Amino acid sequence: MSNRDIEQLVARQYEHGFVTEIESVTLPPGIDEDVIRHISNMKGEPDFMLQWRLRAYRHWLTMTEPDWAQLNIAPIDYQGISYYSAPKSDEDRPKSLDEVDPKLLETYDKLGIPLHERAALAGVAVDAVFDSVSVATTFKEKLADAGVIFCSFSEAVRNHPELVEKHLGMVVPYTDNFFATLNSAVFTDGSFVFVPKGVRCPMELSTYFRINAANTGQFERTLIVAEEGSHVSYLEGCTAPMRDENQLHAAVVELVALDDAEIKYSTVQNWYPGDENGVGGIYNFVTKRGECRGKNAKISWTQVETGSAITWKYPSCILRGDNSVGEFYSVAVTNNLQQADTGTKMIHIGRNTSSTIVSKGISAGRAQNSYRGLVKVLPGAEYARNHAQCDSLLMGDRCGAHTFPYIEVANPTAKIEHEATTSKIGEDQLFYCRQRGISEEDAVNMIVNGFCKDVFRELPMEFAVEAQNLLNVSLEGAVG
Amino acid sequence: MLSIRNLHARADDMEILKGVNLEIPAGEVHALMGPNGSGKSTLAQIIAGREDFKVTAGEVRYRDIDLLELTPEQRAHEGVFLAFQYPVEIPGVNNVYLLKAALNAQRRHRGETELDAFEFLQLVREKMQLMQMDESFLNRGVNEDFSGGEKKRNEVLQMTILEPTLAVLDETDSGLDIDALKVVANGVNSLRDASRSMLLVTHYQRLLDYIEPDVVHVLADGKIVRSGGKELALELEERGYDWLQSGNAA
Ligand SMILES: Nc1ncnc2c1ncn2[C@@H]1O[C@H](COP(=O)(O)OP(=O)(O)O)[C@@H](O)[C@H]1O
Ligand SMILES: [Mg+2]
Repeated sequence: MSNRDIEQLVARQYEHGFVTEIESVTLPPGIDEDVIRHISNMKGEPDFMLQWRLRAYRHWLTMTEPDWAQLNIAPIDYQGISYYSAPKSDEDRPKSLDEVDPKLLETYDKLGIPLHERAALAGVAVDAVFDSVSVATTFKEKLADAGVIFCSFSEAVRNHPELVEKHLGMVVPYTDNFFATLNSAVFTDGSFVFVPKGVRCPMELSTYFRINAANTGQFERTLIVAEEGSHVSYLEGCTAPMRDENQLHAAVVELVALDDAEIKYSTVQNWYPGDENGVGGIYNFVTKRGECRGKNAKISWTQVETGSAITWKYPSCILRGDNSVGEFYSVAVTNNLQQADTGTKMIHIGRNTSSTIVSKGISAGRAQNSYRGLVKVLPGAEYARNHAQCDSLLMGDRCGAHTFPYIEVANPTAKIEHEATTSKIGEDQLFYCRQRGISEEDAVNMIVNGFCKDVFRELPMEFAVEAQNLLNVSLEGAVG
Repeated sequence: MLSIRNLHARADDMEILKGVNLEIPAGEVHALMGPNGSGKSTLAQIIAGREDFKVTAGEVRYRDIDLLELTPEQRAHEGVFLAFQYPVEIPGVNNVYLLKAALNAQRRHRGETELDAFEFLQLVREKMQLMQMDESFLNRGVNEDFSGGEKKRNEVLQMTILEPTLAVLDETDSGLDIDALKVVANGVNSLRDASRSMLLVTHYQRLLDYIEPDVVHVLADGKIVRSGGKELALELEERGYDWLQSGNAA
């Protein structure tokens, strides 16, 4: 991508600027301690929460933005952002699917999103969405019976302050990095999950979440705690395209797995990437980290990233418990002018810890796609094992793929393997499929989905198909 | 029937086909032989619609359709099939998935109902038996880590399922041991009938012991330099291509 393109991209994005409708409960742009007090107050938070936010804010003032890795990015004006806006009232929302943009509905159709979820995803006023509300209620009862706490972060702060205080910031401390620290100061909402000892969460925490996902805000915070021997699978985001007036998204996700616990965290991210010139896209800077605190714990990240103008995220595992296991499965698609810098960090601390990394990057148009991964083996991590497989697929010759594996090993018993490949979507492969009667577009989809198979099979069943469709939609017209 | 007239084609700056004339009536099997680099694969790929080659003169008609006007997938829908000399690997895409997509795309085009998973599997199983292939093939990636012989068998399997009306087989016999050769020949022969035309590109007379051709052509330096009955293949086996080229060089 040339500098000129970037300049143009930047210039146009500024034209659009940050437009925030002023409602009575929306704070004017800017950040200072009063703003933070105001947020905390409006959410009815206990004092520990406010103090934690303030410590984060004061620390943030001492920090500078990170070096932009492989990304080309316009400076962000942090005083130009409004840090609290009330959720849209039902009056502002469409009353029924008839009022929703038909193009959006067409996309839902292509993605195969179940009918009963479409209204909720399109932001139709909740009391109009009878189906999904009843679905959600049934789920809630089922979870309560099992003893699983699953609620919004705000509710957790009010109803389970002792759990929040105990776990918040233990994996991603408020000093962690520029964006995580900003998030710690101003986060608005997110999800909280607590799975008690020995409980296997009776369902995927996905459908429920998707229905309630509207309005998560730009500074989202999620905390999942899995006690000894428990098991939970969580799916964040959805394949439906998400538009948002907020350009900057800086979420934090913390996972804690105690002895023998397992957390499977899947993400499908499809934020608006901007148009084919990159205009209006979202910057997605996320800090995601899981700690296998106990022995035999397992944390598995699976992500399918197709959206955002700029994505910057490295879901990580701290393998503290002996025999603990970390996994990272990722598909990152960039098209047009999108940029992605994503990967993982596997930190081996305990003995016999093992990690697996499977990263599939697909670039089309003039997009740039980087894998950046760290595998670190500390001195005490006897017999740590890591296997990394990073594959890039290029479509056309104006896009780029980059792989940056960092390996730091301080224990000689470690066994680390890294494999990387870069391939072009082959004319030979396309011709072969077409000769058999398959259209060019279907052939591309087939080849791309084949390339991503090792990741897709890690997704919850209901989502694997949607994710495949998502890829097809994202790459529509990328070849030919 | 396939009718090629005065076909000239080039890749980059090199002229590869220099006026090929070839007619294959319905129901006939023709063999195409000739030295390495004479343009056999080029001809096969042009029939199938490969865009790497530029046709500079001549025509390729099949059943009164101008093939050169059609995309590769449209040609497939018209019944054109190419068994590739070097079948490509498509990692992660199931063999059976590709095959089902291909068959159903063709059926859609012909206005037939698509086969469901069950019907399709039944059909594949039957053809796999004919080709003496193990079921494990189905769920492997397309040609992924196949041996040379397995790839060739797979091409013929696809052909028996797609039932093309014009089949071009590009050195499908190369690299096969004698048992595999018999199996492949068996598969090809199972499709022989009065409505189909076939073109077998081969270097070896031994394939023609199992698939008897109606006509044998020899391509040298971009032209058909000799056509004859199956005894021509035997003669070539004995005397080599030099015998022909020296005789036709002028
Ligand atoms: N895509 C291509 N680009 C340039 N030259 C090619 C290409 N394909 C084939 N050729 C050349 O054309 C000639 C004929 O090749 P080919 O048709 O493969 O011969 P055969 O199959 O008879 O051995 C060779 O000299 C080969 O190098
Ligand atoms: Mg050849």
